[in-house]
Amino acid sequence: MMTTAHSKSRPLFDPPIVRRALLDSLIKLHPRHQVRNPVMFVVLVGAVLTLILFFQALGGHGEASPLFILAISLWLWFTLLFANFAEAMAEGRGKAQADTLRKARREIVAHKLAEPRRSAAIVPTPSTELHKGDCVLVEAGAFIPLDGEVIEGVASVDESAVTGESAPVIRESGGDRSAVTGGTRVLSDWLVIRITSNPGESFIDRMIGLVEGAKRQKTPNEIALNILLAGMTIIFLMAVATLLPFSLFTVTALGHGDVITITVLVALLVCLIPTTIGGLLSAIGIAGMDRMIQANVIAMSGRAVEAAGDVDTLLLDKTGTITLGNREATEFIAADGVRIEELADAAQLSSLADETPEGRSIVVLAKHKYGLRGRDIEKMHAHFVPFTAQTRMSGVDMSGTRIRKGAADAIQRFVEAEKGVFPPNLRSTIDSIAKKGETPLVVAQAANGGPARVLGAVRLKDIVKGGIRDRFAQLRTMGIKTIMITGDNPLTAASIAAEAGVDDFLAEATPEAKLKLIRENQAGGRLVAMCGDGTNDAPALAQADVAVAMNTGTQAAKEAGNMVDLDSNPTKLIEVVEIGKQLLITRGALTTFSIANDVSKYFAIIPAAFVTTYPALGALNIMGLATPQSAILSAVIFNALIIIALIPLALRGVKYRAARAQSLLSWNLFVYGVGGLLIPFVGIKLIDLLLVALRLA
Amino acid sequence: MSAWEWAQLALYFVVLLLLAKPLGAFMAAVYEGRIPGFVRFLAPVERGIYRVCGVRPEVEHNWKQYAIAMLMFHVVGFVFLYGLQRLQVYLPLNPANMAAVTPDCSFNTSVSFVTNTNWQGYGGETTMSYLTQMLGLTVQNFVSAAAGMAVLVALIRGFVRRQTNAIGNYWVDLTRSTLYILLPLSIVLALALVSQGVVQTFRPYQTATLLQPTSYQQPKLDAEGNPLKDGQGEPVMDTVAVSEQALAVGPAASQIAIKQLGTNGGGFFNVNSAHPFENSTPFSNFLECLAILLIPAALCYTFGVMVKDTRQGWALLAAMTVMCLGFLALCVHQEYHPDPQLAALGVMTTDGADMPGGNLEGKEVRFGVANSALWATTTTCASNGSVNSMHDSYMPVGGLVPMVLMQLGEVIYGGVGSGLYGMIVFVVITVFIGGLMVGRTPEYLGKKIEAHEMKMASIAVLAPCLAVLAGTAIAVMTAQVSASICNPLPHGFSQVLYAFSSAGNNNGSAFAGFGANNPTMNLLLGLAMLTGRFWVKIPVIALAGALAAKKHIPVSDGTLPTHTPLFVAMLIAVVLIVGALTFIPGLALGPIAEHVQLFAAK
Repeated sequence: MMTTAHSKSRPLFDPPIVRRALLDSLIKLHPRHQVRNPVMFVVLVGAVLTLILFFQALGGHGEASPLFILAISLWLWFTLLFANFAEAMAEGRGKAQADTLRKARREIVAHKLAEPRRSAAIVPTPSTELHKGDCVLVEAGAFIPLDGEVIEGVASVDESAVTGESAPVIRESGGDRSAVTGGTRVLSDWLVIRITSNPGESFIDRMIGLVEGAKRQKTPNEIALNILLAGMTIIFLMAVATLLPFSLFTVTALGHGDVITITVLVALLVCLIPTTIGGLLSAIGIAGMDRMIQANVIAMSGRAVEAAGDVDTLLLDKTGTITLGNREATEFIAADGVRIEELADAAQLSSLADETPEGRSIVVLAKHKYGLRGRDIEKMHAHFVPFTAQTRMSGVDMSGTRIRKGAADAIQRFVEAEKGVFPPNLRSTIDSIAKKGETPLVVAQAANGGPARVLGAVRLKDIVKGGIRDRFAQLRTMGIKTIMITGDNPLTAASIAAEAGVDDFLAEATPEAKLKLIRENQAGGRLVAMCGDGTNDAPALAQADVAVAMNTGTQAAKEAGNMVDLDSNPTKLIEVVEIGKQLLITRGALTTFSIANDVSKYFAIIPAAFVTTYPALGALNIMGLATPQSAILSAVIFNALIIIALIPLALRGVKYRAARAQSLLSWNLFVYGVGGLLIPFVGIKLIDLLLVALRLA
Repeated sequence: MSAWEWAQLALYFVVLLLLAKPLGAFMAAVYEGRIPGFVRFLAPVERGIYRVCGVRPEVEHNWKQYAIAMLMFHVVGFVFLYGLQRLQVYLPLNPANMAAVTPDCSFNTSVSFVTNTNWQGYGGETTMSYLTQMLGLTVQNFVSAAAGMAVLVALIRGFVRRQTNAIGNYWVDLTRSTLYILLPLSIVLALALVSQGVVQTFRPYQTATLLQPTSYQQPKLDAEGNPLKDGQGEPVMDTVAVSEQALAVGPAASQIAIKQLGTNGGGFFNVNSAHPFENSTPFSNFLECLAILLIPAALCYTFGVMVKDTRQGWALLAAMTVMCLGFLALCVHQEYHPDPQLAALGVMTTDGADMPGGNLEGKEVRFGVANSALWATTTTCASNGSVNSMHDSYMPVGGLVPMVLMQLGEVIYGGVGSGLYGMIVFVVITVFIGGLMVGRTPEYLGKKIEAHEMKMASIAVLAPCLAVLAGTAIAVMTAQVSASICNPLPHGFSQVLYAFSSAGNNNGSAFAGFGANNPTMNLLLGLAMLTGRFWVKIPVIALAGALAAKKHIPVSDGTLPTHTPLFVAMLIAVVLIVGALTFIPGLALGPIAEHVQLFAAK
């Protein structure tokens, strides 16, 4: 059961996926499937029409040589197959993923409890017969039958079937870690779980549905693009259809030349309509969802992926996203008349047994800065005094010396109780630390009944993640505003916000304040993304346009969000936005490429089509294509092959880099617009040369 | 081409662009209800019109009401104009005793003037009475232009407004366009033209004695009106001596002013502004040519002011100007390189000290090649259609220029109002593709471009293309039309394609020499004009409604900037590729075939 849902390592052209896609591309030729895509449906009609013309030509009444008609027809079928293959490849990656997930959705015999407590009687029930609200007992080694909420017990659970992450996670009743997923396995201890989904509606079932794309609906932007493509198809259909009367009239009036053939008209039409983007459009959409899955984010709909590209405001939790999550000691500041080494030594001693991250960081700082090695507390006969809410200090007692560290006012009470004086100079140092949003810890020592003396302060700081500042700068160039959400007081929040380089912050954040902030931003026309895990995040998640719920979070949070991050990594939000943008850019780039391609195809086909009517039009044959037939065939072949050539781009997506809209546009316009204008000239010429070399034309 | 001619072309564009800003600002003020002081004296007239017509100016329309008001207005205009032509023989102000216009010609002409096309299948001075010209045609010259401006203003409001259904009051927009903008400008221009010698009179046609009497031969007819034949089967000819000539005059200057300003183009006389009474001097030529593009260019600035970002207006004006200059250069170049076979015959065709050179066939020598090419380019950039030279006699590619300019959808400056809203439709498509390439759902001026907007934009681009292509296809397959094509191919085909490009895009100019005043052509062209006008206008109004209902998205660094040279370049590419690619096959069988044949024969 250690199979992993990760597909990060899956190569683009995975042989089993390719095999399945090859078969699927044939099945997808069914008109019912093709009719959903107006551009490719026109190609299908053209392919059928030319095939009929071929049989007519075989009978000796053809409008052109049967071989030429057959060649055009075959390449039109290939065009369709290539487009189908692209879509099938994109789907295939999802299907492979779904198969893995399906293995996790096994039927097991669950221990249904008669009453919601561990001691209740156990009724063995197949997992398929469980219902919402039933309670089950799952013990170590057993699989959790369906999604549920832990109501009793604490256990480590292997969720790798869903998340791909092999490290077990803790699940316990109450709090934000109570949700469990069907198909995952309890490794130790036991859990009493209240089932929250019926069989077939569980998280895994939904995930399978999503990655398979079975119920994939076109996203709003895809629909809009489809309308544009359909409009262009109608225009070109009209341009090509009217060419027949134009040609008839011309030939009749001139009294010489041949009327343009239906085969050439079909070839011209297929070359002109945007088949490149039309054929790859659905593959791009599916691949976008797939890239989310590879990033271990399950998007509940394609619409959410698209919306991610539009996000212009990111709400980021401070802890875990912007900061490492724990405070760290960064500096010792000795009081007047105290050597800094003395302070460092005392601070380290007081922290040796302190298992809190702050305590450990003090030990490390003293070691790094002053070469003080950690000592064995047992050997020193020292006694560790843990932190309590009453004293608000911790420290160590050893052979008559008592060392304490804690908040300034707590230490002041300690010092004054021990007949010492709190140095006023240090007070101002402490205030300045607090003003910067950092936390001052004060260290004091009382030796052998003498007056206690304050040794100095330790500066504790929220550590901003490395590189996060650059990340925010990138987001800013992308036009995305970042807002840090924190429970800290405004002073601390402001300082961290400045250090991390976020644009704004919400301090002392409550769920209500978050919701209000989102609504305000949305009222200003902005699209807001956030991530959250707790039940109290649910309203804000439901309000946000893109809401990523952490997989470790509660059921309520997962239901409210429109994406689930299986890694439960809040920084993922930035990646989600990039994937969304990449999806839209890929669509735009290939549309531009497809339209720009048309120019060269005119130069190939127009002179060839009218060469018998107006031989002088041969002057437009700037590519110097060998014969009219080879010219038309080369254009059709290029048109088909370009789809295959662009499948990797459609599946991987256009490379995205964080940049201002203006520079993104100029780069993509250059690559796909100018490239799209020039590449077919080269491609068509090469195909023509090849056809001539192979004596096919 | 002489330096003097270069200077004239340069002067034209400098003056045009200089006038765009003040006039544009003035029009923005009018449409935003801040009527400028120097025309405020007309406000009582405006209020009076509303009172008489029962219009409540403060009540705004949603897009459907706006569209219905616009359609109703045009239906009434059509019926009135049709009736006037059919009944002109019984009505006053008909000193030349013009007969009732035929039903198909009346239909065609009514559609033509209602749709701001002003295609004329007839000769004005031989068909229309003074009353029809003034009360029918001139009135439609004003209001069909004003209707285009109204729709543009509604579209602009769609971008400016947020989450509302109201896009303005059609009657108010129509009235203000006419009263504050078109009327004052027309009066000024008409007076200026009269000062140059353009006629403005109610007196009947004048008779002038020829200084040099002449004679011509005409076939002798029998009692039934058939030509008499002699023994060899040759027609018997009569010699007719001519010593005097009837000079057609009339209230021309007032109609010409609005014909130019309102991008109408329907001339008072058959040869339009090549006629000395319609266009008398180089200065009148300059003014008339300037008037073609004046309002369309200035409306770009109006747009910028109204959307509160003048850079957006300048960007559109820049795109238009760049395309116009490119096409003008091509046209001028072609017209200075006439038929190589002429040179072989010893005809002087090159620029010389005492000869202007170039292709002077069909051009007024008073204006010369450059000013003729300038007019041909501007009149087809805008959906004007008036001419000061005969486009039919242009070089193949010289004639291709006006044809392509029309086929692009009349968006390079374009008709008053209609040009800019057509261009904005192209901007919507450009923004859609460009917006995707920066990784966002496309937006323009803070409004998201989604499925509904794309649908409307696609219909608006599609309709004129369909009208042109389908119309041409049906026409060339019709016996009556193919019979009336008097030129050999490929030029004969170009004439039909030109006619439908002109009608389908509401331009109105024609390749002369092609008999279009027959029932089939009148009907087909009439339908093409209706499609080209209303199947663009209605989707545009729907677009305005949809945009007005949307939220406004604030601009950020992630927003596609739509005022940069890069965007202007992309817009030009989209207009050229989406607009022109459709017509390449047709053009290949017309002007392109003609060109390659002509120059291959060298």
